[in-house]
This record gives sequence, C-alpha cells and structure tokens, in this order.
Amino acid sequence: MDIRVQQERFDAGAELNGFDPNGAGAVVTFTGLVRDVAGGLEQMLIEHYPAMTEKALREIAAEAEARWQLSNVLVIHRFGSLQPDEPIMMVATASRHRDAAFEAATFLMDYLKSRAPFWKKETTAAGENWVESTVKDEEALKRW
Amino acid sequence: MNVVYFAWVRERIGLPHEQITTDAATVAELVDELRAREARYEAAFADISALRVAVDQELSDFDASLKDVREVAFFPPMTGG
Repeated sequence: MDIRVQQERFDAGAELNGFDPNGAGAVVTFTGLVRDVAGGLEQMLIEHYPAMTEKALREIAAEAEARWQLSNVLVIHRFGSLQPDEPIMMVATASRHRDAAFEAATFLMDYLKSRAPFWKKETTAAGENWVESTVKDEEALKRW
Repeated sequence: MNVVYFAWVRERIGLPHEQITTDAATVAELVDELRAREARYEAAFADISALRVAVDQELSDFDASLKDVREVAFFPPMTGG
C-alpha cells in the first residue's frame, strides 16, 4: 500500500510504471484532473486536515484491499493551489482479476470524494467559491 | 481541547483553530456553547445539517461524547477526489 498526500505535482504515467502489481494480472488506474466547469477558472485551492488525511486514506485503502484482495494499492492526493488540467489525485489497484481491480478503484474514488478530509475552493474572475458536495456523491456510497 | 475549523467554517469564524476549555458533554453541547459566543460562530453553526464533525481525527456525530477528547474539528461535507 502506498498512500501519499502531497503538494507537488505528480506524473501519472511514471506512477503507473512504478506501480508493482506483485504478480497480479490486472491493474486499473484513475487520475482526476482540475476541471474548468464554468469557464474562467484561475485556480483551485485544495485545503485538507493534515492530522487526519493520511489516516483516513489508509483506512479507505485498507477497506478496499480487504474486500477485493488487492495485491497492491496506490492513492495520491494533492493539496494547495492547482491550475486547470493539473492532476489532483490518482488511484491504482492491482488484483488477479480485472473486475476486482475496476470495482476497487471505483470504491476508492467514491470514498475519497466524500470521506477524505479535503475541501476545494475555486477562484474565477467572479470571485471565490467553495465547491459543494452533491447528493449524488453521498448516494454513490450506498452501493458499497 | 483543540477545536479546528476548515473551509468556510474557518472563514466565517475567522480562525483555523483555538484552545477551548469546556464542560460540554457532547459535540452538540459544544456547538451550543460556541453559537452563544458571538455572531461569527452563530453564522458558522446556524445550519448543523450543513456541517460534519471529526472527533480526535475520526468522522463522528453531533451526539458523540467529548469525554477524554483532545481535538474536535468542524467542516462542511468533504469534496475530495
């Protein structure tokens, strides 16, 4: 298990190449980028709870490992000031079977969205705005 | 105990964390105590349904006990990923 909370940019390709599947036959990765939803996004500021973040990510990843018998799992999540199209976060899962790798990656994403202590604030020419969670994000957890 | 605020809760209250001495038995009682302090706390805690709480860095509930607790954090629903 490799869990990283960092300010620095990461290279998703290099991370994938460096991800050890430990003999598993299937690797799934997901990379989330800063989206300019409304147009004119100047900055996305990601705040987090340093004393809790890594622990929360480890618990979520441990749950995924246990449920899908993953042979490796990677979670990288950034904080600080990000520009449009920059990578925010990445997960990678390795398992003997692709279904398990896909499902575990989806599970990780659903939980990172609403159970990891990060908050996003967008800055546009119109001002600053905290990104709000959606009912859909919360609903997504119910399938697990 | 240390009380920590994030995102717009931090902005409304105007500080990231503070040491509070309290007799509150639960998170909800602590919230009532804070709300009674000043308008900026009332502004932050007006709608509890819009808030989440962590007790000693674990997600928790507003009826959670504060016995032996060292840190309580208040924040809006998380938006990771």
